[in-house]
Amino acid sequence: MSSYSPERIVRYGKPLVFCLCLAPLALLVYRGASGAIGPNPVEAVTHFTGDWTLRILLITLAVTPLRRITGMGWLLRFRRMLGLFAFFYACLHLLTYLWLDQFFALGAILEDIVQRPYITAGFAAFLLIMVPLAVTSTKGMVRRLGKRWRTLHRAVYAIAVLGVLHFLWLAKADITEPAIYGLALSLLLLSRLPFNQLTNWLPARSA
Amino acid sequence: MLIKKPQVTPSSEITPQDVFRRRRALIKAAAAGAGLLATATVLPALGAASPGRLEKIPNVRESQFSTDEEPTDYADVTSYNNFVELGQGKSAPARNAHLLKTRPWTLVVDGECEAPGEIGIEDILRGFTQEERIYRLRCVEAWAMVVPWVGFPLRDLLARFKPTSQAKYVAFETLYAPDDLPGQRVPVYDWPYREGLRMDEAMHPLTILATGLYGEVLPGQNGAPLRLVVPWKYGFKSIKSIVGIRFVKRQPPTTWNRLQPDEYGFYANVNPQVNHPRWSQKQHRMIGEGWFARKRESLMFNGYAEQVAQLYVGMDLREHY
Repeated sequence: MSSYSPERIVRYGKPLVFCLCLAPLALLVYRGASGAIGPNPVEAVTHFTGDWTLRILLITLAVTPLRRITGMGWLLRFRRMLGLFAFFYACLHLLTYLWLDQFFALGAILEDIVQRPYITAGFAAFLLIMVPLAVTSTKGMVRRLGKRWRTLHRAVYAIAVLGVLHFLWLAKADITEPAIYGLALSLLLLSRLPFNQLTNWLPARSA
Repeated sequence: MLIKKPQVTPSSEITPQDVFRRRRALIKAAAAGAGLLATATVLPALGAASPGRLEKIPNVRESQFSTDEEPTDYADVTSYNNFVELGQGKSAPARNAHLLKTRPWTLVVDGECEAPGEIGIEDILRGFTQEERIYRLRCVEAWAMVVPWVGFPLRDLLARFKPTSQAKYVAFETLYAPDDLPGQRVPVYDWPYREGLRMDEAMHPLTILATGLYGEVLPGQNGAPLRLVVPWKYGFKSIKSIVGIRFVKRQPPTTWNRLQPDEYGFYANVNPQVNHPRWSQKQHRMIGEGWFARKRESLMFNGYAEQVAQLYVGMDLREHY
């Protein structure tokens, strides 16, 4: 049984999860180098990094409900790494926009932020929430902030909501894809409702 | 910006250099003999060598309306497409192109005209002089290509059906075949795809019905076997795989305009002054230029202002976007 001890799972699991989180980037680099990325590489990279930011963010948000359902406490030990990888892909996404799409043209970027709600949402999620959360993700900051750390890091829900809106608002007529992300996020948020208390409010079943 | 006056630049100043050069070549050929002149005007795929993928269109003439810009690679023109009937995303249409059956193909023309009727695609290919038209294509999504179309002026076809004075607009309809076309089984759009032009836009010499590109018949993803090309308007106006043309009195309903009227106007002229609500239309990205190419400045009427601005004199193009 000792081979399945939580310590061992975390010790071997962390490098594995780290590599898994880098796999999308490796795929992107391969596509870029092999020419499989298509005729509009800037658009392809923007969409790819955006997709993976949202996916890893949702996986991060699935840790807590999964832990509750399975009782596997060690799952929590992967949460910070996952969250930071979501931040990592968000950085690549933003960098693609700033550099390859806009070539750091400040005027055009500001116009986008002010006039286009989906870009406003994306920027707000990143600058106002993601960066502060990434900065305060270290062990030292967790210690220093104490109880306030938990309150602060609940803002991850706002990132996810803004992220899904960012995707939804740029979609054309067919909103199937952003709707799937929205549904997944809704389920993850719903799972956080205190269901054990909820049952107390329901009318008692007749015996 | 209001476009109330047509541009007054004399056309002699704007004639593209290559057209000028081609004319001079013709003059030289004419000097060398009438026989030589004939071979000089009927050239197979002048601006773009045919890639040898599909059936070649014979006797394609050159056109003075072609741009001298470098055409976008055939591979890019045929792998980056918006054709929702064949699937969502840019690569799905090429993947699903085989699902579009282009033979037999009949175009029905009716409405406000004296001689309504139908015409098969073979008769269209044989009955109209096919020209190469190298046009800029500007998508409403702020990307662009240069496409060497093969086709003929729409007005040549419309004239055969003798539109009456009641014909103020022309309505177009794409094939509706949900059993074949996977996108038409998704109820997001009100199928079939519809587009429309004002009569004077439809009769403009730049407006063509395309039957091919790069000297060969159109691949399915590009709207085979017959599509509209209106180079001064955003790409979604250039309806693909047309089976119906109708002369009508009033502005006809069009697919994107009905779906999101605040984003897609009926006119949809390329206009860098009027932004799409969700992105800027001031610049566009040229497809196939790779990772580090800068975007280009978009031009009024996609650079065709000299030829078409007079169609919109007195119209507020901010209102009629």
